[in-house]
Amino acid sequence: MSAPVASNAAGAQPGFLRLRSVSLRFALVYGILFVCSALLFLSFIWWGTVGLLEHRVEQAITIDSRALFSVWEESGPSGLTMIIDDRLEQDVDDNALYLLVNKDGKWIAGNLAEWPRQILPNHHWFSLPVQRAYTQDIAKVRAYALPDGYRLLIGRDISGRTLLRKMLTDTLLWAWIMVSLLAIGGGWLIRRLFRHVIHSISRTTQAITHGDMSRRMPVQGSDDELDEIAKTINEMLDRISRLMDGVRQVSNAIAHDLRTPITRARTQLEDAALHAKNEAELRAAIDKAVGNLDNVTSICEALLRIAQIESGARRSAFTLFDLIPALQDVCELYEAVAEDHGLIFKQNLPTHLPFFGDRAMFQQAVANLLDNAIKFSPPNGTITLSAEIVSTARRSDGNRGKLLNLSVTDEGIGMNEEDMARASERFFRAEQARNTPGSGLGLALVQAIVQLHDGQLQLASNSPGLITRIEIPLPDAEIVSPATPPAEHAIINS
Amino acid sequence: MRILLVEDDQTVRTFIAKGLSESGHLVEQAENGKDGLSLATNEKFDIIILDRMLPGGVDGIHILETLRRQGNVTPVLLLSALAEVDEKVAGLKAGGDDYVTKPFSFSELQARIEALVRRNRNEAQPQTRLMVGDLEIDLLARGVKRASQKIDLQPREFRLLEFLMRHAGQVVTRTMLLEGVWDYHFDPQTNVIDVHVSRLRQKIDKPFGRPLVHTIRNAGYMLQE
Repeated sequence: MSAPVASNAAGAQPGFLRLRSVSLRFALVYGILFVCSALLFLSFIWWGTVGLLEHRVEQAITIDSRALFSVWEESGPSGLTMIIDDRLEQDVDDNALYLLVNKDGKWIAGNLAEWPRQILPNHHWFSLPVQRAYTQDIAKVRAYALPDGYRLLIGRDISGRTLLRKMLTDTLLWAWIMVSLLAIGGGWLIRRLFRHVIHSISRTTQAITHGDMSRRMPVQGSDDELDEIAKTINEMLDRISRLMDGVRQVSNAIAHDLRTPITRARTQLEDAALHAKNEAELRAAIDKAVGNLDNVTSICEALLRIAQIESGARRSAFTLFDLIPALQDVCELYEAVAEDHGLIFKQNLPTHLPFFGDRAMFQQAVANLLDNAIKFSPPNGTITLSAEIVSTARRSDGNRGKLLNLSVTDEGIGMNEEDMARASERFFRAEQARNTPGSGLGLALVQAIVQLHDGQLQLASNSPGLITRIEIPLPDAEIVSPATPPAEHAIINS
Repeated sequence: MRILLVEDDQTVRTFIAKGLSESGHLVEQAENGKDGLSLATNEKFDIIILDRMLPGGVDGIHILETLRRQGNVTPVLLLSALAEVDEKVAGLKAGGDDYVTKPFSFSELQARIEALVRRNRNEAQPQTRLMVGDLEIDLLARGVKRASQKIDLQPREFRLLEFLMRHAGQVVTRTMLLEGVWDYHFDPQTNVIDVHVSRLRQKIDKPFGRPLVHTIRNAGYMLQE
């Protein structure tokens, strides 16, 4: 089958014919499958019909033979002769064959002149040509041995059936040829369809490869597999665009914000080289420059970490753990610092909180929030860390889900609305915060971590102060009973 | 101490070698992986400082794996510009004992070198009691005494003190404390470590007049008589 399909396709698109083509393979598989199943189906019809005809002839002869035997038993050769004559007279279709001979082979009754030589009275089926009246016909016969050397031959002329069989064979053969042609046509059509789909995907992706990131796969809205592929590819492209935007934003920010400490370090060194009067001044300048360069390093590290988290690569480290000991661990680290700054640090935590995520990273997020809260709080302020599971929220997939609600509240300088909206941008620092140490990357890192956990970071005013809230949906399957041994974690952390 | 330094960047190599020689160590230098590997296999060192990315086809991880396959247990400190957590894990899995990312301060590197060598020597006999001057801690009973006076410490304060005692006489950096005592591998913005050390000082130093915990400028802390 392959040759016609190939030549057909070659005629349509000569330049595109490749033996290693998926569309050609699909078309071939389709065609071959179609033709083979048609062959099987038609053969079944042929065997079924022809077999039924043969069977009916054989059945008629068998029934006839039984009737004749019983006549033989009752009244011997003369009765049988009579009934054979009777039958032949009544045979309107003129297709019955009978012959009764005695042990010498002499004709006694029937419409055949003599016993055919090749036929033995062994109850087997034979097909033989018979010469009757004017025509040469084919007959199906069976011979029986009777007592006293008599032999009986019963048969049916099946030339009519042979004709029918020939006709059927011809018809089915033609049907098969038609089906094959249809298969070739269908295969070709499938190949075209397939190529069409592939081409539309590859056209779009090629356009994107050449830099047109705004192109998207067309979605027909029919919700079929093609739409599914188109949607998946579009989602992938959206994500790539977002990541690229992120990269662009970061490179802009780096150009901007890394220059500052580098410039400072450079100026300090140059100034010292030109104006330092003694070794002490020189050393002091160098120390300051090293400090500024360390600052550059830490900014680089924070940026890389944010980028790494945003790329989603670290999701493989997600595990199920009890959040409470992890939070208490961080609190323990910051409690002393808060106390040192003259702040009151309150914790509002449940006893257990099963959570699915990256433990170390989540701790870092909370540490950054506490860091900020401590940094921007006036003495005697109160900082509160609270966590709870809220179960009323509707999740994006439409299911009612559980939500982790973690918040850090302070009574510090707070932020205005405008700054809150931009707070999680890289390097953003509110006007009042310009004089405190920091790089403006803390909340950006928290944001990246929260997003990695599919959550949201929200800022709200506490007047005075700021509420930083993290909301993370807890996957239903992962919410196990509080029986998960929290003690285990405690041991690990202790 | 005999130290092997495998590092391809000449500035960094000379800087480390100079610093280590000044503190009285004998430093052998190699500028590529091949030389480094042959030195490391043929001679005996107290510690090997290994850059991860080296020219000439033989990189740091390869040297490290080869050494460990040969049953060589010399402590290895990996030096690398690859700062991601996964890279650190890969380095430690290959048999590295510690990992310092570039850029680093010399004091950090030196502190870690000394900690590694000390750990290597101490590992033989497990200790149940540590003593520095008149300060004594019992690791089994988790008790602390100074000048025969009992001192009550929080569990974390005890671990902090234990870490300092185990590294007595050496500089311990803030990062080392954060990693060794709290098991955190990130850099807090505020001076959390200083606060905790100062609280410890309140308990073990202040009532006794003579301080044992010393601040080393630009480096970290040292517990010393």
